[in-house]
Amino acid sequence: MVKISKEEILKLANLAQLKLSSEEINEFSEEISSILDYVSHLDKIDVEGLEPTYQVSGLKNVTRSDEKIDYDIDKNQLMSNLPDSQDGQIKVKRMIG
Amino acid sequence: MKTWDNIAKIAHEVNDAKLSAVDLVSESLSLINMAKEFDAIISLTEDRALERAKLIDEGVKSGKNMGRLAGVPFIAKDNFLTYGGETTAASNILKGFNAPFQASAIEKLEAEGAIVVAKANLDAFAHGASTENSDFMTTKNPHDKTRVPGGSSGGSAASVVLGLAPFSIGTDTGGSIRQPAAFSGCVGLKPTYGLVSRSGVVAMASSTDCIGPLTRTVGEASLILDVMSGRDPLDSTTIEKDSLSYIDLDSSLEGKKIGLVKEYFDDSLNSDIKDSIDELIAKLKTAGAEIVDVSLPILPSALAVYYILCPAEVSSNLSRYDGQRFGYTYDKAKDLNESYAESRARGFGKEAKRRIIIGTYVLSSGYYDAYYKKAQLVRTKIVNDFEKAFKSVDFLLGPVAPTQAFKIGEKSNDPLAMYLSDVLTVAPNLAGIPAITIPIGMKNDLPVAVQLMAAQKQDRSLLGAARKVEELVK
Repeated sequence: MVKISKEEILKLANLAQLKLSSEEINEFSEEISSILDYVSHLDKIDVEGLEPTYQVSGLKNVTRSDEKIDYDIDKNQLMSNLPDSQDGQIKVKRMIG
Repeated sequence: MKTWDNIAKIAHEVNDAKLSAVDLVSESLSLINMAKEFDAIISLTEDRALERAKLIDEGVKSGKNMGRLAGVPFIAKDNFLTYGGETTAASNILKGFNAPFQASAIEKLEAEGAIVVAKANLDAFAHGASTENSDFMTTKNPHDKTRVPGGSSGGSAASVVLGLAPFSIGTDTGGSIRQPAAFSGCVGLKPTYGLVSRSGVVAMASSTDCIGPLTRTVGEASLILDVMSGRDPLDSTTIEKDSLSYIDLDSSLEGKKIGLVKEYFDDSLNSDIKDSIDELIAKLKTAGAEIVDVSLPILPSALAVYYILCPAEVSSNLSRYDGQRFGYTYDKAKDLNESYAESRARGFGKEAKRRIIIGTYVLSSGYYDAYYKKAQLVRTKIVNDFEKAFKSVDFLLGPVAPTQAFKIGEKSNDPLAMYLSDVLTVAPNLAGIPAITIPIGMKNDLPVAVQLMAAQKQDRSLLGAARKVEELVK
């Protein structure tokens, strides 16, 4: 049985920039362990000689000409979605302590 | 319940000025208001819809043909970016978000005269099989309010069955169109991967996300696919549509081989569903189809593959929701890192967080090979098994889900039990093949449906066969 400890959950949450409550950490430790247990039977499947499938579109190297495209997006409307802004720029909290 | 005319007929009559688009939109909006108890709809795009309807009526008056879907109201799952209101993906972190552009699928439907009237409920970010993971509300099954409509496109499916609009659109990453179509009782099509552009759709798992219609009839699903499909420069994974289009289908099953997927008919399958499918099989034989048993031994592993790959892609796709550029932000944070962590903690629901953690785990160094890469290798086996099967049969047939619609609350505290609802629908997503849900009757006052699958890019022949199935169960 794969067991994910609370410490590991906390480490993963930090990697994902996600704060979890202690209740969530407890729950996820249990639930994710059982989910990983469920998927662990893949270990036994023989995949010798196979290549991984990352996509199924059958397309390769789809390119376009290197030209500017005008998407006609209204800048003011884009800006209206910003939680905080100043002089037409995105404003965030301080980065360095 | 309102019974709308066939979509093509509505559009025809709008173009002939026998029906007014404004009346159609107003009617749809009032039906939505009367069906509030089902919680199928998150928001209306009322003002814009009425404005567009007016333009259509004016265009008709001036002698123009306003398109194949002229004046037809429809409902979009709330993970399609649309003008005229918010796009939330049923998530708190996107509350208040006004899309600066529309999804390509919506643009294509609008170009043919269709009108978005409302946004349908879903499991937040399409993570779920019941709409119970919506951060706002749980949609009720149109046939029994104590049951789920299926998910994640549960609001879209319920809308069509309740007759709130002639059609809706949804997304299917592991079954999210087909399973709610089965639970609620309508047609739900997941086309070949890449056939409909994903541009402007809130991404879940990009390598399996598909867009498709939910309708009352197969013919209408064909028409909507015909309008939405094809190459789009805004989505480099899109493919060309079939040169023969998806309408005017050949629905004869004479001499066609249909494979019954052995792995889909095991003991866990509800006996009422099995009985209904057995009845259908007898009718398919009478229609000239040859029925054979087919085994795809890898299929029981598809769900495990999916629940590694899907969270991996989800954890990556959800990293853009950082509380800085749009949507919810925690404004009391002392610094940027706290702002990220707190905005995400408060804006995401439990299932999104669960998938972010699983995805981060299977992608982290040390576990990548054991989980993520292994799953992609087994995915190749799934692709190969389907390819092999479609060398000997034209279509594969099976149930959509092991049970009929389950009770609200029955699985919501057990994520693994909820994931198991997708056990029969995920494999076509992993292989990129088209699959369709067709209602075949009622048992226990709830809909029963069947799932038909075809090889990649065989959407046209799949729709033809589906049309025959629909005819046979009438």
